Amino acid sequence: MSFASEFMDRARVVASNLRHRQIIRTALGNYEMARDRRKATYQDWQGARQLAAETKWEAINHLDHYLLDFSNRLEARGTKVHWASNASQARDIILSIVQQKQARSVIKSKAMTAEEIHLNEALEKAGLKVVESDLGELIVQLRRETPYHIVFPSMHLTREEISALFEKELGSAPTLDPEELTMIARRVLRGKYLTADIGITGGNFAVAETGMVSITENEGNARLTAALPKTMITLLGIEKIIPRLDDLALFLPMLATMGAGQALTGYNTLYGGPRQPGELDGPEEWHVVLLDNHRTELLADGEQRDALHCIRCGACLNVCPIFRNVGGHTYGTTYSGPIGSVITPHLRGLQDWKHLSGASSLCGACTETCPVKIDLHHHLLQNRRNAAQERPDNLEEAAFGVFGWFTRRPAAWKTVRSILQKIQPLTRRFQKKPWHPAKPWTQTRDLPVLPSESFRDWWKNRPKTSKHD
Amino acid sequence: MTEKGQILNRIRQALKTNAPHPGHHAPAQVKNPGGSHHTPSPGEPRNWLPKVGESVEEHRTLFARNAAELKADFHWLDSLEDARKLLNDMASREVWQKVATHAGECTSPLCSTLPCKVLTLSPGYDRNELESCNAGISECDFLVAQTGTVALTNQSAGGRALSVLPPHHIVLARKHQLLPDLPAAFAGLRKKYGDNFPSMISLITGPSRTGDIERILVLGAHGPKKLTILAF
Ligand code: SF4
Repeated sequence: MSFASEFMDRARVVASNLRHRQIIRTALGNYEMARDRRKATYQDWQGARQLAAETKWEAINHLDHYLLDFSNRLEARGTKVHWASNASQARDIILSIVQQKQARSVIKSKAMTAEEIHLNEALEKAGLKVVESDLGELIVQLRRETPYHIVFPSMHLTREEISALFEKELGSAPTLDPEELTMIARRVLRGKYLTADIGITGGNFAVAETGMVSITENEGNARLTAALPKTMITLLGIEKIIPRLDDLALFLPMLATMGAGQALTGYNTLYGGPRQPGELDGPEEWHVVLLDNHRTELLADGEQRDALHCIRCGACLNVCPIFRNVGGHTYGTTYSGPIGSVITPHLRGLQDWKHLSGASSLCGACTETCPVKIDLHHHLLQNRRNAAQERPDNLEEAAFGVFGWFTRRPAAWKTVRSILQKIQPLTRRFQKKPWHPAKPWTQTRDLPVLPSESFRDWWKNRPKTSKHD
Repeated sequence: MTEKGQILNRIRQALKTNAPHPGHHAPAQVKNPGGSHHTPSPGEPRNWLPKVGESVEEHRTLFARNAAELKADFHWLDSLEDARKLLNDMASREVWQKVATHAGECTSPLCSTLPCKVLTLSPGYDRNELESCNAGISECDFLVAQTGTVALTNQSAGGRALSVLPPHHIVLARKHQLLPDLPAAFAGLRKKYGDNFPSMISLITGPSRTGDIERILVLGAHGPKKLTILAF
């Protein structure tokens, strides 16, 4: 089965699931209110977007320069920087560190790049116990699911489902109180932090000027992950670069505003090295793994290069009518929603994933909301164009060829029209049949009945009574 | 060639084509200025970020408002003695058995008179002991009015774990540490540490929180359930 037909099948199920719709509507309704209230406090939100976009443009369009600055500064303070061209290299680097340390347990804080390279599977295969520490990530890990949303991994679940899950997997007593459920996770994870050999984190920004990784989170789980285990590993996409420390004064509040309607996320923490001489605690070793994994291919596409500006705030998912109807899991990708639809064809192959470019109403809500001004909906169109140029659809081209031929010949057009008008009552009887050639369209929509008189005929025959006509 | 070399090479190859400037669809007219890496900035973040006011009084009010919204406790006190009284009251009210702190100009004098055991962290401290403490008391670098944030480093605030492991984090600040906004906080950090930043800088905005269960706010997900800020 192709990725496209899997997408269609899942979309059909989720889109007609009223419970799913209700959950998403409530969650995102609250999000929208908080976000708008927060945006209104800015002196000029559009000015802030432009500055953020230009800053990311500067970073991405001089990526070689800034990446070198970043890695040199990190190395100068004792951090080991690794470079990985693809997912398997990144997994191997991390596995070899873990094996060298003879580690048995790993505690992880939220990292979409780790999802991207399927790190947990690789670590578990090597016999390690991996625990996700972000509450939402822990919930989906226990369900053996992928995150539903890049910022809210478990937003598709109700407290009843989470309680049943904890009861089964953690042996806790059932409760419908979100606070009690959170405390169950807190208790379970406390022990893991204190004993884990390795802490693995992602990162939100890589500051070239000072050689620091900035991690944004609300729970404090990344803070603990970077404080307690002896060895810390951070996996970063190469596009996370920003030029200067002070740029964070803009990016951190913007990420918080668009991510969850906060002034600032609970913890924004900058790490510049492992434990330094004279410091009280912290990991003895810090490894930063810089991941390419097809990002340089996207970089080579000048037209869509700005997709690398993404700060993974999730705002475009939240406003997308397609995402809201089909849900995060339908995409079958690490990154879902508009940004996922744009970059997945670059990361995993244009032909296999081109159907995502069609998963859009082209309303442009994503482009309008994006804090770094990525031209998302135009990129979907460009992916459609590129896919068609690379592998033309002969049937479609032939159909449009025939259509074009008729439209240029009024007499032929007229004949066909009158024939179609006559046989339409007949064909309408078959339009819901499974073998109907236009089934995907006609199954849920009725083709309007052709009027007996065409517009041209009506125009020609209209009574000419007044000179104003 | 090393993997690093190959990735950098691919980047340089890729950047030979131009990308449109933000807000434009067509590629930039100017050639990508390969050697130089500076494009003129369209202005200061301060021009766009939420307004903070001019006076200390405005900053204090704003910080207090933000703290209240974040469910953090904020006290603007007259003296170190007032802070001592408040801390001691808290100790008896919350029945502290043991608290953790670090050696410092404010922490040391204030923790020495607490009516409970005090663990002063030193290199090689026992993390299980820290975990069992009722509260962690630390200093900080700055308070940021704009967002209700406490800015601290592992140097100013007793390492990486003290401010997140115990269930209650108490921050001791001097009044002059209150700054208007984030740009001021970064400037302040630069001035204080020069080129030699500590290995961790953390901007803490409210107690630990999560919304991962039905987007309902719960405090104390992994870090402290309570955040108390004393400025004197
Ligand atoms: S594309 Fe823009 S809106 Fe979407 S996640 Fe990235 S930064 Fe946020």
